[in-house]
Order: sequence, then C-alpha cells, then structure tokens
Amino acid sequence: MENIQSYITASCAIKNGKVFKNEKIIFENIEDTLSSFFVSIYKNFEMQYPKFYKMDMLSKLGWLAAEILLKNNFDTQKYKADEVAIILANTNASIDTDTKYFETIKDIASPALFVYTLPNIVIGEISIKHNFKGENAFFISEKFDPIFLKNYVQNLIINNNLQACICGWVELVKEDYNATLFLIEKEQNNIKFTAENLNKIYAL
Amino acid sequence: MTDLKLQIIAQLNLQDLKPEDIGDDQSLFVDGLGLDSIDALELIVLLQQQYKIKLANADEGPAVFKTVRTMAEYITAHQATNS
Repeated sequence: MENIQSYITASCAIKNGKVFKNEKIIFENIEDTLSSFFVSIYKNFEMQYPKFYKMDMLSKLGWLAAEILLKNNFDTQKYKADEVAIILANTNASIDTDTKYFETIKDIASPALFVYTLPNIVIGEISIKHNFKGENAFFISEKFDPIFLKNYVQNLIINNNLQACICGWVELVKEDYNATLFLIEKEQNNIKFTAENLNKIYAL
Repeated sequence: MTDLKLQIIAQLNLQDLKPEDIGDDQSLFVDGLGLDSIDALELIVLLQQQYKIKLANADEGPAVFKTVRTMAEYITAHQATNS
C-alpha cells in the first residue's frame, strides 16, 4: 500500500449526555428523553435546518455529530463535492426505526418512518446538507473496528483520489447511543490517522 | 383551522412552527411551507387517521393539499357527506 500519511484533523463524539469536540466536552445536558437531548444540542449550537426534526433518531444523532465535527474545522470550498467520502458503521443498522415502522404497519404504515429504514440514510442526510458526493458506505460490525476503518478509509484515499473522509461509528437503539466521528484529511496535523488513535478517541 | 394546523405540525414533525406561523392560504408545498412528497403521503395518512377520510382519487391531491384552507374545506365536505 502506498505510503500516504493522513491525519485526524477533527473528532466529535455524542454519548452519555455529553458532546465532545476534539476530545473535550463542549456540551452536557440531562433531559428526560433522548429526543429532548438531541433537540437541546440542536438549539445549543444554533443550528438552522428544519429537516432535522423530520429525521429518525439515528439520522439525528449522526447528523448532529457531523455538524459539530465540521464546525470551524472544515472549509466547504476547499474540496470538490466528490472528493469528500463518508464511511460509517454500527452494530444494529436501523433497527430502532425498523421497529417503530413495524408498529405503524399494524394501523397505517408511516411513509416518513419507512424512508429511514436503512442505516445509510444518515449518510444521505449529511451529504445533502453539505453537498458531498464522494464514496460512501455504511458497514455493520459487531463492535467498533478501528483497524478495518483505518485500512478501508486509507485505501480509499490512496485509490479514489479522495481528499477528505468523515468516518466513524453511529449507533442507536432506543435510549442507548454513541456517535463518534472523525474527519480525516491529508493536511498535516498532530494526530496521525492510525487505528490506535481512532480507538483512543473512541474510548474517551 | 388551528386544530388542523396543530395536527399537521404533529404529523410532519414541524417542531419549529406554531399554528400562527402557517397562513390559512399559504401554499403547503414548494415556495410555501416547503413540504415534500413524503409529507404529502403523511397528509393522506393524517386524513385517514384523524378524519377517516380516504383520498379516493389521487388526482385530487394537489387541489386538496394546496393550503390549510383547502384541506379544511375538503374535510368539512366529506364529513358532511359521511354524516
């Protein structure tokens, strides 16, 4: 494999009622429901995107994490639309929404829920917001696999002429959730894109 | 019409909006409230769930869902027919 060094130029995690940016807590809140917690993040960071409210919980989580990941760390003019990839993974795909959709079909099936019964829709929501058109994939794995993630993304960067990649873990089932996203770029930074560094940030 | 607006807000998860933000004659799609095709399906579900009205002819959709007022008129007309 060609030796192109990439770097983790930003990270964001949303878990345990906290929001981390670049390994520091930037927001913390206790709400009665997960939905209220997500809305509190949306309002705290003064996001303006009405479609947020229509998203399912998995997409809200991933979309919020991506917004915070990119805020102040990403120049949208810097790369072409097809030079930015998104590679995500989790264990339970879209089962949270699948279950909710299944409940609705006992009465009248909900079209709004149906469109979120695939995990990669979260990638679509992030891409629509930022007009990203690069490679994308959503993998299902038993647990966060930093070695696979590092190798897959690095391979894309080498072979697909990518300049940047948003990658990481977006998992949500009922009230259990964890989004940990990384921004990978060729631009030099003090955190090298290695499996060890991915795991270190994920384990915060 | 306020009740209908509240139902639309709940059905479509328009949590940023209050009933008074939606004009009686404001277009619901495109340049108005900006609803999309999935929202149109949700409005059909709303009619069925809340008012037991089935949109028999899909071609009627654009006229029925043009504004809150046209929806209200359609509901009123069908409730009168059903009673």
